[in-house]
Amino acid sequence: MTDRTSTISIVTQRERERPITVASPRKSSAKLVSSLILSAIGILFLVPLLWIVFSSFDESATVSMSLPEHWTLDNYAQVMNWDQTWLPLLNSIAISFGTALITVVVGVLAAYPLSRYRMRFQRSFMYAILFGTGLPITAMMVPVYSLFVSLKLLDSTWGVILFMAATSLPMAIWMLKNFMDSVPISLEEAAWVDGANSMQALGRIVLPLMRPGLGVVFIFVFTTAWGNFFVPFVLLFSADKFPAAVSIFNFFGQYGSIAYGQLAAYSVLYATPMVLLYVLVQRLSGGAFALAGSVKG
Amino acid sequence: MTALAPSGTVARGRGSDPRPRRGSRTFTRILPLLPAVLLLAAFMLGPIVYSLYGSLTNRTLTGPNAANPEFIGLDNYTALFSSAEFWNSLWLTVLFILASAVIGQNVLGMALAVLLRSSVKPLRSLVGGLVVLAWVLPEIVAAFALYAFFSTDGTLNVLLGWVGLEGTSWLYYLPMATVIIANIWRGTAFSMMVYNAALAEVPPELTEAATIDGAGAWQRFTQVTLPVIRRSISTNLLLTTLQTLGVFTLIWVMTGGGPGTQSSTLPVLAYQEAFKFAQVGYGTAIATVTLLIGAIFSIVYIRILKPEVD
Repeated sequence: MTDRTSTISIVTQRERERPITVASPRKSSAKLVSSLILSAIGILFLVPLLWIVFSSFDESATVSMSLPEHWTLDNYAQVMNWDQTWLPLLNSIAISFGTALITVVVGVLAAYPLSRYRMRFQRSFMYAILFGTGLPITAMMVPVYSLFVSLKLLDSTWGVILFMAATSLPMAIWMLKNFMDSVPISLEEAAWVDGANSMQALGRIVLPLMRPGLGVVFIFVFTTAWGNFFVPFVLLFSADKFPAAVSIFNFFGQYGSIAYGQLAAYSVLYATPMVLLYVLVQRLSGGAFALAGSVKG
Repeated sequence: MTALAPSGTVARGRGSDPRPRRGSRTFTRILPLLPAVLLLAAFMLGPIVYSLYGSLTNRTLTGPNAANPEFIGLDNYTALFSSAEFWNSLWLTVLFILASAVIGQNVLGMALAVLLRSSVKPLRSLVGGLVVLAWVLPEIVAAFALYAFFSTDGTLNVLLGWVGLEGTSWLYYLPMATVIIANIWRGTAFSMMVYNAALAEVPPELTEAATIDGAGAWQRFTQVTLPVIRRSISTNLLLTTLQTLGVFTLIWVMTGGGPGTQSSTLPVLAYQEAFKFAQVGYGTAIATVTLLIGAIFSIVYIRILKPEVD
């Protein structure tokens, strides 16, 4: 859950260029120096990433990064079997999809009255939501475990989904309300005049207009759940229910120190969907999508 | 969290009428909030209440106290506050947050944002993309990559060998330093993006005026740019602090909190006590303290920065 708040800023990542209007004689040399420093930092970020890619194609991969002497797909072939990869990936899809779906549906329902009506408790509710986005969920896992013992929800995929949906809700409601605020209320008023009730107005007018926003929130919750290791690690016991994050950890514990190539190949298979979804969100939000509200702070 | 319950003290809606229908209408209006309130009450408020209560019991993972824990009052806290391990872990948490988030991610993120704006185009997209990729990857994959990097036979020691330096077992002898660098590597993208957006909003007239007044680049940055974006800075400082307080997977994979408890920050220590040493009540007390620290930072965030909620 650590990057729970982080994906918000995807939307702030617009690079607006402003032409330099005051000509500076040292401009080009300064540009060279900063390019050099930037390259050095870039290499530091690149090296650990390259290790994953190279090792996954290396038949004799070790912990140090090196170009494979013999490029091979053997590592991928080794890990691509039902128990080790496909079932955990399916479990990841089920958990992430369930979490995202519940969060978006419940979040949209909650965001609607918060966005459309003035209510006395609205401000305190929004502050409580904001407070919830800041709580360290990882610190909560021990009491969550005890709570799940009492609720008899341990080792239940549904339990994991409900918990992850609840912990994603504060950020989702916050984002969805801001998206909804940007849909003009006058359109709904026209619908009300025609006799639509508020839920019909929400379904037929507001939601279609905020489709990109719904996509952004859905993918945001989906990827957060996809990358979450700690929650299923604590709450699930049966190997056939493990999502990829937990199964890859167990693989690392059992074979990691002898089969780094396979570990890397598994990591690539597990990480690729997340990277693709991130790119998709960037596309959806057009890169310059001012989801100002989520980082309004 | 108390505001979560629909207490019925609901005002009339915008432009609503004063007729007696008001009560039922208010009810239908807040009805859609109900599923969210129920979920949050069960799985956010529930664990918090359970955390407070569980920290006052001697619940264990197995044995007779697992099913029927006894109420032992503040004993867990007395034990906690008199344990050197706890204070050590609290110090490690503070060190981890200060070094990796407040200094590391923020300074490097700001430096990257500035450098990105003053570098050539293809390099900018490439390096920016790499930094973001490190952050988009699942945490556990990032942890594997950095574990390999710092391993005794890992890339870092190979590189040091090239320049004739002798490496060491970084993960064993300097566990905190490695997880701090790992968290900077993984989390800097967030600060970089926040500052990149903030710098784009600084009116160029301001820096131009300073240039005409004879200010150098460094002066322009500290005297003009930083004051203009101070709100983004304080917001980012708080958000990265809260994220870093919750880091578990990175540390767990790289060092397991060890050797011993030498890199056990509070979330790791809570997990170790509860599930490794089976002292669930004691682990819950640590969890409660961590939650409390998070809550304080969260409240500071809301009170000082006053994000708009309307």
